[in-house]
Amino acid sequence: MAKPTRVTNDIRRLRFANGEMTQAELADRVGVTRQTIIAIERGRYSPSLEMAFQIAWAFKAPLDDVFQYPDSQAEPRDQGATL
Amino acid sequence: MSFDEKGTWIYAVLVVVVPGAYGVAILGQAGNTPVAQIDYVPMMLTAIGVTIVLAIVAHILVAIGSPKEADKRDERDTSIDRHGELVGSYVLYVGVLIALGLVMARAEYFWIAHAIFVAFVLSGLTTSAVKIVAYRRGF
Repeated sequence: MAKPTRVTNDIRRLRFANGEMTQAELADRVGVTRQTIIAIERGRYSPSLEMAFQIAWAFKAPLDDVFQYPDSQAEPRDQGATL
Repeated sequence: MSFDEKGTWIYAVLVVVVPGAYGVAILGQAGNTPVAQIDYVPMMLTAIGVTIVLAIVAHILVAIGSPKEADKRDERDTSIDRHGELVGSYVLYVGVLIALGLVMARAEYFWIAHAIFVAFVLSGLTTSAVKIVAYRRGF
């Protein structure tokens, strides 16, 4: 079965970099169930923009340090400014 | 497994077991009695009532078993729930159309009631199956 989302993430790495934060701790900080954090980590659920920001805040990291979208990574980041 | 997912599994089992038992009981009578003479109403009401009561009791037992997770629901649970209910509603629409056709064809009340009953059962089963797949494989 194809992966349900193309959004990838570094949550697992960031959890370990932030004092080996557990999935349960991250879930409590974001206000979701642990199962949702597991689903996001495994690429089985693409969170809402609001939840994505809350996860990034939990790590005190910018959003695109936590989540990546494959196609968008190839494009220049300041594309909007050149239009 | 989240609280909502446990609830979905319980409902999936109930919606198979209780109407299944009802179906066996009715088919047992249908073999040697004309359908117009089968007193299906008390049994159907019992099946509906038992399903509702068992769902509530199971929900309470699951909540007692894991009180920290009880009624904890997030956006993923809500999205999966809406997705499952949407797909299940299509099944219900088809069942309602079949029941409407039976009314227009002046079919026996027995068949009209059972078309609606089966539509509810299949709709509930579809909803549960879609939600379980979404929980297990991703959404």
